[in-house]
Amino acid sequence: MAERSFAREVEDLKLKDGDIFRGEGILAITKALLQSGVSYVGGYQGSPISHLMDVLADAKDVMEELGIHFETSASEAAAAAMLSASVMYPVRGAVTWKSTAGTNVASDALSNLSSGGVTGGALIIIGEDFGEGSSIMQERSHAFAMKSQMWLMTPRPNLPSIVEAVEKGFELSEASNTPVMLQVGIRSCHVHGHFVAKDNKRPEYTLKEALENPRRDVNRIVLPPASFVHEKEKLEKRWPAAVNFVRENRLNEFFGPDEGEIGIVLQGGVYNGAMRALQHLGLADVYGNCRVPLYVMNVSYPMVDEELIAFAEGKKAILMVEEGAPEYIEHTLHALFRRRDIATKISGKDVLPLGGEYTTPVLIKGFGTFIETHAPALLGNRPPVPNPEPVLSDPKVKALAEVVPPRPAGFCTGCPERPIFAAMKLVEKELGEHHVSADIGCHLFSILPPFNIGGTTMGYGLGPASASAFNVEAGKRSISVMGDGGFWHNGLATSVGNAVFNKQDGVILVVDNYYSAATGGQDIMSSRALNPRRKTNNSIVNAVKGIGATWVRQIDRTYDVAKMRDTLKEALTTKEPGPKIIVASSECMLNKQRRVKPQFAKAVKDGKRMVKERFGVDEDVCTGDHACIRLSGCPSLSVKHTDDPLKDDPVAAIDNSCVGCGNCGEVSEAAVLCPSFYRADVIHNPTGWDRFAHRIRAAVIGWLQKRRDAGRIVFAD
Amino acid sequence: MNVHVENTSAMLSQDKPLALAILAMGGQGGGVLADWIVDLAEGEGWVAQTTSVPGVAQRTGATIYYLELLKAREGVEPVLALMPTPGDVDVVLAAELMEAGRSVLRGLVTPEKTMLIASTHRSYAVGEKEKPGDGTGNPTVVVDATDFAAKKTIAFDMDTLAVKNGSVISASMFGALCASGALPFTKEAFEATVRKGGKGVEASLRAFNAAYERVLKGGNDKLSAEPGKTFAPLPAKAGHPALDKLLARIRNEFPATIHAMLYAGVKKLTDFQDPAYANEYLDEVARLYSADRTNGGEAKDFAFTAQAAKYVAIAMAYDDVIRVADLKTRATRFDRVKKEVGVKADQLLYTTEYMHPRMEEVCGTLPKALGRWIENRPGLFNWLNRRIDKGRRVKTGTLFWFTGLYFVSALRRFRRGSLRHAIETEHRQAWVGEALRLLPKNYDLAVEILGNRRLVKGYSDTHSRGLSKFDRVMSALPKLADREDGAAWMRRLRQAALLDENGTALDGALKTVATL
Repeated sequence: MAERSFAREVEDLKLKDGDIFRGEGILAITKALLQSGVSYVGGYQGSPISHLMDVLADAKDVMEELGIHFETSASEAAAAAMLSASVMYPVRGAVTWKSTAGTNVASDALSNLSSGGVTGGALIIIGEDFGEGSSIMQERSHAFAMKSQMWLMTPRPNLPSIVEAVEKGFELSEASNTPVMLQVGIRSCHVHGHFVAKDNKRPEYTLKEALENPRRDVNRIVLPPASFVHEKEKLEKRWPAAVNFVRENRLNEFFGPDEGEIGIVLQGGVYNGAMRALQHLGLADVYGNCRVPLYVMNVSYPMVDEELIAFAEGKKAILMVEEGAPEYIEHTLHALFRRRDIATKISGKDVLPLGGEYTTPVLIKGFGTFIETHAPALLGNRPPVPNPEPVLSDPKVKALAEVVPPRPAGFCTGCPERPIFAAMKLVEKELGEHHVSADIGCHLFSILPPFNIGGTTMGYGLGPASASAFNVEAGKRSISVMGDGGFWHNGLATSVGNAVFNKQDGVILVVDNYYSAATGGQDIMSSRALNPRRKTNNSIVNAVKGIGATWVRQIDRTYDVAKMRDTLKEALTTKEPGPKIIVASSECMLNKQRRVKPQFAKAVKDGKRMVKERFGVDEDVCTGDHACIRLSGCPSLSVKHTDDPLKDDPVAAIDNSCVGCGNCGEVSEAAVLCPSFYRADVIHNPTGWDRFAHRIRAAVIGWLQKRRDAGRIVFAD
Repeated sequence: MNVHVENTSAMLSQDKPLALAILAMGGQGGGVLADWIVDLAEGEGWVAQTTSVPGVAQRTGATIYYLELLKAREGVEPVLALMPTPGDVDVVLAAELMEAGRSVLRGLVTPEKTMLIASTHRSYAVGEKEKPGDGTGNPTVVVDATDFAAKKTIAFDMDTLAVKNGSVISASMFGALCASGALPFTKEAFEATVRKGGKGVEASLRAFNAAYERVLKGGNDKLSAEPGKTFAPLPAKAGHPALDKLLARIRNEFPATIHAMLYAGVKKLTDFQDPAYANEYLDEVARLYSADRTNGGEAKDFAFTAQAAKYVAIAMAYDDVIRVADLKTRATRFDRVKKEVGVKADQLLYTTEYMHPRMEEVCGTLPKALGRWIENRPGLFNWLNRRIDKGRRVKTGTLFWFTGLYFVSALRRFRRGSLRHAIETEHRQAWVGEALRLLPKNYDLAVEILGNRRLVKGYSDTHSRGLSKFDRVMSALPKLADREDGAAWMRRLRQAALLDENGTALDGALKTVATL
């Protein structure tokens, strides 16, 4: 079950020709796929296109109605390989993933796909971001487009442009027999806007037809000599076909005056930011009017040489705005202008930063420098540019830097991974620090305070593999951590298989939270929920045993910190050779709460006896050392100042968001912390027996309490 | 695509969108607030765009929602930005105090433009709450910065106000936004937007209106750097001769400036043990007061005595098993938990305490000689410890466990003979002795020595760690005793000791002291 349900929004996917669609970018993309007559859709979740997968999953009924096959692929490689259906058959397919992480995983299939080429339109929707929108290393998908000869679309970040890019992307793919990548950013995925809808289209040629009338063509298979021919075909046939299509369909756009001393070339994705920057420089307005000629590349690759040459004609200089490093387009421009002997100066990363996100202030600065150099007259009567500098340089504001704490994402309230790392901390105290290889997933938050565990992260499902060099005689073993998502994505073969085969003498900790939690709680192979459309409940333990692991422990309640600690200790000290695999399982609390809360509320409403648990701290007993927090970091476990003049430091406090996971109690027990934690069980709809027992207990306890109070000489409060 | 805009370079429109940034943490409903604003604006015939980076927001990280609103004009579509430009934001809504600070740090709040609407409540970051001491950020720094940076600031605790009205902070912030007048829409339009949301409408509207009224009332919540401590004034009578005798002693033997602290100490210690024990406390403070007087304390406002009044009380009310059992079984505690958890009349409440007694605690509770005797026999000690040292879930609401704890708490009357009491007393005397020894030589340093008692806290490992930090800080005494700035150094050492668990910062500070 995904984190966010799009059940309501999915209704918008049924909008008809002429209706106005209002909503988020990801929904617009989905609607565009349906309008394009797509036959199959696959992908792997990850920001920023996670929600696209969720929308697609929720849109299952709409898609079935149209005869579209949707699949949650096991990995990006599986998704890319799926596009193979469009090689021989005129069926349109689309897949989606996070880039460049996912494109790296998919690149094997993508290379093969690009080599043989496609018959039906093949669209790869990728999310790529720089700066604060990105949660991964900053690389460019552009490189993949260049090396494999795929086309890369970078539409302007508004809904009509994105929708049109999807529709035109299929056509471009078919016109040039080449897969097309469509790149969006996290903000355009989540931008709220509107566009005029069209009717959804059934695929003209169905997968069923294809299956029943199989075709093969040796020339489309990547095997010499066909692969040599592909090389020629790519350069001599498909490339020119693509360039022609882009030109004829005017996919790239010109804005502003026809002529000018200077011009700006930009990728579609940065258009809105660039327009805002020009507006601040007094060269554009909010309605897209502009005093500088602009050439917007909604297709970043291939570059349409003739359009650029025409754009540069009569201009002293042009500025290439290209986000990310290296500046592939700028290099190509230089080569082109040199070859053709064009004198127009090309500016780019000389005035703009080499890397990082091109925010409005960055663009204002770069544009300013460029225009001042080449056409200073343009900047005549400019309004003052927004400048926070006077505010930021004030000592009062500078003092904030010391006080405002960093607040990175972390484990959620009640997260079942927290006790695992609490246990690791306790083991660390006994056996010393170990080399810990981390992986990709929520568990990577362990590298942050308060746990500070984890030394490296190499890729999804690669945690244990990245510890494989440490398979040597030593006084300590390596520990590697991998989530269930990573395990099924790549980890079973690449990490566990590798460790078994090479008799890797280390500890492998598989964090199983029943979902692909970090990407939004999608179901995976080992999810415990019954998913009528998928086969879930496949055991990780059976899988690792199936490929030869022998030392395997399953912990079915990660909150049992003592057991977790002891198992880890055993794994680190046992004499048994080969990988020591611990599968630590408890349900992702975010998902569990979403599942359980309504059930609980309903049961209470129906008059059933239900017990609600939460934790609390006796502030009289707490001495404000916060050892418990250093083993937890739970958002609901915080501190509060007391008005007791005899307490200097704030005491621990648990707020109402506590879900009663039990971690606080288990940790204080296992780590022998103070006895200030208590669990409060509130019995809803108590039975007659409950009430009777409670009456008796309350009477006796009340009597004892009164008796003692009577004997106590104290000041009244 | 293919939209070819007319060449209108001669006449650029001066229209500017209203720019709003919402700074929130995951789970605070920043998205709901953004959606409300979009609905509101679209309903009023405006073009509205919102963007966000949701992945971070899901998991308690700080995040920004950014909106641009512009009155729609026939035949043209605006090009709206996807992220805020520092120095060009009209309204910043910060759903927590430090997030308001962050918005200023990011340059989003400027004096010419920005209306800052901030909730003053705190949600502490891990880095703040994990410190062994008080790591919480000083709120007045934020207030100073926001007051300076914003054109206007509306700041009050919108979280508490929302919760009081059975809703969440997005509703109260929406009310504050409405009342701020930053958006050109009527209150009715705001309320209609909330109603359209469909979920928890009544509670949302209550919180919305409460915030609206609060803004109209004017004035921001006042924040203070020092956490407020409540000192009860010294009462004239306490209604029991033993207690009245204590009050009389405070009144007659000590300077008035220290009465409140002494009363807090006496109250704590009668509660901890009995009036006689509180009397012992007064004896001890009196002894220190007399030393204070003979060493020029009057010129220093008897800082030494004031410090002693606080920390001797804390040292005497040490945390032992008896104390814990006592606190856990009180009727007042039962009531407090009930209130905190919010138990309704038709519900029942049981609490489970997580206790992990060790043989050390058992020996500490035994009579001194017996406790020592066992501790000196490691074989026996460990044999017993194997039976004792485990986590126990104590269900205080059941008769078996309650009577068990009740029995332990009744050991109070034997406390003075216990091993733990002997250890604590010995430690206290050594510590106070050091302070007294230095008092004639270095008054300020002696005051700081008393303050070092702050480092001793917690139970079991935490307690040992505290004691070790205390010892390490005190180890600098020979170096500092003769220095005029010895007190300042001692204070720095103590602050360093409270920065991290293992005392890494303290080690660094000690190294510096060694080079003096």
